[in-house]
Amino acid sequence: MTHTAIAEQIDESHHPSSFITRYIWSQDHKVIAVQYAITAIFVGLVALVLSGLMRLQLGFPDSFDFIDPASYLQFVTMHGMIMVIYLLTALLLGGFGNYLIPLMIGARDMVFPYLNMLSFWMYLLSVLVLMSSFFISGGPTGAGWTLYPPQAILAGTPGYNGGIILMLVSLAIFIVAFTMGGLNYVTTILQARTHGMTLMRMPLSIWGIFVATILGLLAFPALLVSAIMMLLDKLAGTSFFMPAIVSLGESLDYNGGSPVLFQHLFWFFGHPEVYIVALPAFGMVSDVLSVHARKNIFGYRMMVWAIVAIGGLSFIVWAHHMYVSGMNPVFGFFFATTTLIIAIPTAIKVYNWVLTLWRGNIRLTTPMLFAIGFIFTFTHGGLTGLFLGNVVIDLPLSDTYFVVAHFHMVMGVSPIMVLFAAIYHWFPLVSGKMLHTGLGKTHFWITFLGTYAIYLPMHYLGFLGVPRRYYSMAGTDFIPESAQTLNAGITVSAIIVGVAQLLFIINVIISLRSDKKAAHNPWEASSLEWQTPQIPPVHGNWGAKLPVVHRWAYDYCVPGAVDDFTPQNVPVDAAHLSEGEAEGDRS
Amino acid sequence: MALAIILVLLIIASLIFHFASPWWFTPLASNWGSIDTTINLTFWVTGFVFVAVNLFLAYCVFRFRYHKDKRSHYEPENKRLEVWLSAITAAGVIVMLAPGLVVWAKFVDVPEGASEMEVVGQQWQWGFRFPGEDGQFGRVAKQFISDTNPLGLDPSDLAGQDDVIIDQNEVHLPIGEDVKVLLRSKDVLHNFAVPQFRVKMDLVPGLISYLWFEPTKIGRFDILCMELCGLAHHTMRGHVVVDTPEDFTAWLASQPTFRETQVGTKGDPIAGQALYATCAACHGQQAEGNKALNAPKLSGQASWYLSRQLHYYQQGIRGAHKDDIFGQQMAPMAAILTDKQAMKNVLAHIDSLEEAAVDNQINGNAARGASYYITCGACHGTEGQGNFSLNAPKLAGQQDWYIKRQIENFRSGVRGNHADDNYGKQMILMARMLKDEQAIDDLITYINQFDSEHR
Repeated sequence: MTHTAIAEQIDESHHPSSFITRYIWSQDHKVIAVQYAITAIFVGLVALVLSGLMRLQLGFPDSFDFIDPASYLQFVTMHGMIMVIYLLTALLLGGFGNYLIPLMIGARDMVFPYLNMLSFWMYLLSVLVLMSSFFISGGPTGAGWTLYPPQAILAGTPGYNGGIILMLVSLAIFIVAFTMGGLNYVTTILQARTHGMTLMRMPLSIWGIFVATILGLLAFPALLVSAIMMLLDKLAGTSFFMPAIVSLGESLDYNGGSPVLFQHLFWFFGHPEVYIVALPAFGMVSDVLSVHARKNIFGYRMMVWAIVAIGGLSFIVWAHHMYVSGMNPVFGFFFATTTLIIAIPTAIKVYNWVLTLWRGNIRLTTPMLFAIGFIFTFTHGGLTGLFLGNVVIDLPLSDTYFVVAHFHMVMGVSPIMVLFAAIYHWFPLVSGKMLHTGLGKTHFWITFLGTYAIYLPMHYLGFLGVPRRYYSMAGTDFIPESAQTLNAGITVSAIIVGVAQLLFIINVIISLRSDKKAAHNPWEASSLEWQTPQIPPVHGNWGAKLPVVHRWAYDYCVPGAVDDFTPQNVPVDAAHLSEGEAEGDRS
Repeated sequence: MALAIILVLLIIASLIFHFASPWWFTPLASNWGSIDTTINLTFWVTGFVFVAVNLFLAYCVFRFRYHKDKRSHYEPENKRLEVWLSAITAAGVIVMLAPGLVVWAKFVDVPEGASEMEVVGQQWQWGFRFPGEDGQFGRVAKQFISDTNPLGLDPSDLAGQDDVIIDQNEVHLPIGEDVKVLLRSKDVLHNFAVPQFRVKMDLVPGLISYLWFEPTKIGRFDILCMELCGLAHHTMRGHVVVDTPEDFTAWLASQPTFRETQVGTKGDPIAGQALYATCAACHGQQAEGNKALNAPKLSGQASWYLSRQLHYYQQGIRGAHKDDIFGQQMAPMAAILTDKQAMKNVLAHIDSLEEAAVDNQINGNAARGASYYITCGACHGTEGQGNFSLNAPKLAGQQDWYIKRQIENFRSGVRGNHADDNYGKQMILMARMLKDEQAIDDLITYINQFDSEHR
């Protein structure tokens, strides 16, 4: 167990000594995590507002003066990119990854704290660069979040000058930030686990974050090079992605490039990206379900292997986003097969979540509501993926509202449900305060039912053949008037769900301001992060001695044990002693 | 308890929505019924899983709700159960995937004897080409693309001489015949999609993609661009008309071959001058326009645009709407110019006139107008100079009252609503971004600033 030597080191060099080093230039993983989370949630709110504006145009066309076709596409683009990269990726890995990794594996901090700090500041820089595109002439890019060339850099697309350049530069900076953080997460998980914390004793949150980070480290470079190549095409006149083109009546100097090459690079990143978001969510929801069902996660080993298998498979399915891209259609056979194979480990995860509830003792707390809501939304979103993954069904459905509905269920609503479950679950650990239950449950019900009211009907507009990314769907013979009514209904639901998120913000504010302290381990969880001497944990996490781990993270209601949960750091024989003694042993 | 009930209600509501939804696939109009069958099969499999998993979820939430004296069952894993579940899932996947791949194999492999049609996309129009009598498409290249050769055929390639050129957004196809559609783009990605045919494919500049189908229903179907192609993406529409073989043959014969599009006689301005006398009564000797007579300025406007409008008036595409009072006046006037050469001569005369200055009255907020114009400028040009290749007429130097009336006509559907007015339809969709009169005035105030010398 040589690797714990790293975790044992007490490095005083980054011990905070003033307000600035404690909260601003902090190298403490917990502060960095909160910095990441606050920034990500802030940009997420921007993206939420953008989606509201977009929905206003779709639900009530001809009503809003400030939404013209250009700004509509800009809203669509910025909403998508912000949500996928700057909110979900940043919050799940930069936020929860940073917070949970050292605490769950029993380390004092990340192994490269300075790099960790730089990672956040680079992330913040990427956000600022992206946001600045709202204030330049021409505005942000309206090329769609996929940024497909040639249109992304040609006149005829909003923001084809400044907007797209800032977008690409921002992405490049984000990837630098991610790489700094990601190397840190992987190294920490491999090298800084405490005594007894074997890989197969790690909580599934850590497994999800671990595999997702590896995916990110392998996938983001594809996006980085495509961003650089597109910048060169735009600024230096190269033709990586640009064939011979006559644009708006004008012959351009490009020659010989391939727009499909960009799509391959983009989706070689883009599909693993789905799992960069999904795997940490899978992991965290497993832990939330287990704690609040007072039951071990069902089929832990299978869950771990499913995460690894999904991660591996995610690199050989990318072209299912490109069935109708004009690539050689023969590829469809291969990618449809790999894509549908991925359904098997994914389905196993769903079964195991439900089987975790089976014969449990379920406490319907706020985080548990969100976690169960996730099972429902993810099942729905996963199953519609079987339509789109099956290449021939993708023909009628590709580029319609069905796609929008599918990926919002699976990659929007579902990770967000987990994020809320995670925030309600770990908030007491982070802040020492409980979030208000009544507000939390109201927040859950509106979000859960509201999002289903948005996306269930949206699939059916897709069956009808309504195309996505249309400013207006007027002027067709096949779309009935009633589709517009349905769209208006969807918009109303979207606005309600959007406004309901204020409940969450209000909840956070009043809870932070309240004097009531949370109990030490309010959910009675057995995983290590709740076993620190102080709640919230202080700098260095563990006081003088690192914890020693004796078991996996899921010992709930072990036959013969006194408590209905046994913390990971309780020695084997102590679990069977009376509660008081076990408590004493822990401190 | 509430959660369990609501989960069950959600399942029931989803099923009801599914079966009662009026929003469903359009009636099939091609041979691809096998795609619909695969979808239905997938629906049964996934629907079963959806109901089963979530019912079980609801049951667990209800049955194993918290009780402080209860303890949960400790069972880290159950190999048998996990293997069984994996095997059943794998079987379900095979049931869905196998037929899907069989149908895909049919899609990849175009049947022998399929006729060919080419679709050419550009921002934000469609063009089509048939191979002509020799059954062979002529070579194309970017450098040949011009106003008179919009699809860029190589004039020296003999195979291309008889190619039939359809430089508009509507195309015809014969029923009951397999057609291989070859797709290419002049500028950015587009996607050729006809919901009733089920199949779609991207148009990619630099390569030729394809799809095939057999139309099985007579009718007129929307073509939509389904790959984001810039600002006016949502206006990139077209139509495919499925005809009986006889009607199709007649239609195809009435379309120009490439050779025919290349031989055009020029108009004679001197000959046109006499004919123009009729027009001058309203439009003025210098074609300067006359607001009192509701006659717009013609001088300075591009001939291709005036020519199209005259044809539209002749064919009842424009000026036939019951509320288009002034258009109704113009229609019989245009009918006089039945002879092709006569029309060319008149247009040549108008083209020879010096562009008249205009006296504009509309006064709005030019700065706000400039922000609206960003959208307009994509087609009409940043200086309002017009763009032939986007079928966008010149705006600079036009009288403001006329532009205003046309925008209002587009917004109310008085103009552009005719089934054959594909460009007008785009303007209907675009004019909708101007929500009130003030917005129109602001926009026109900005357009008034353009230098009319730009042509």
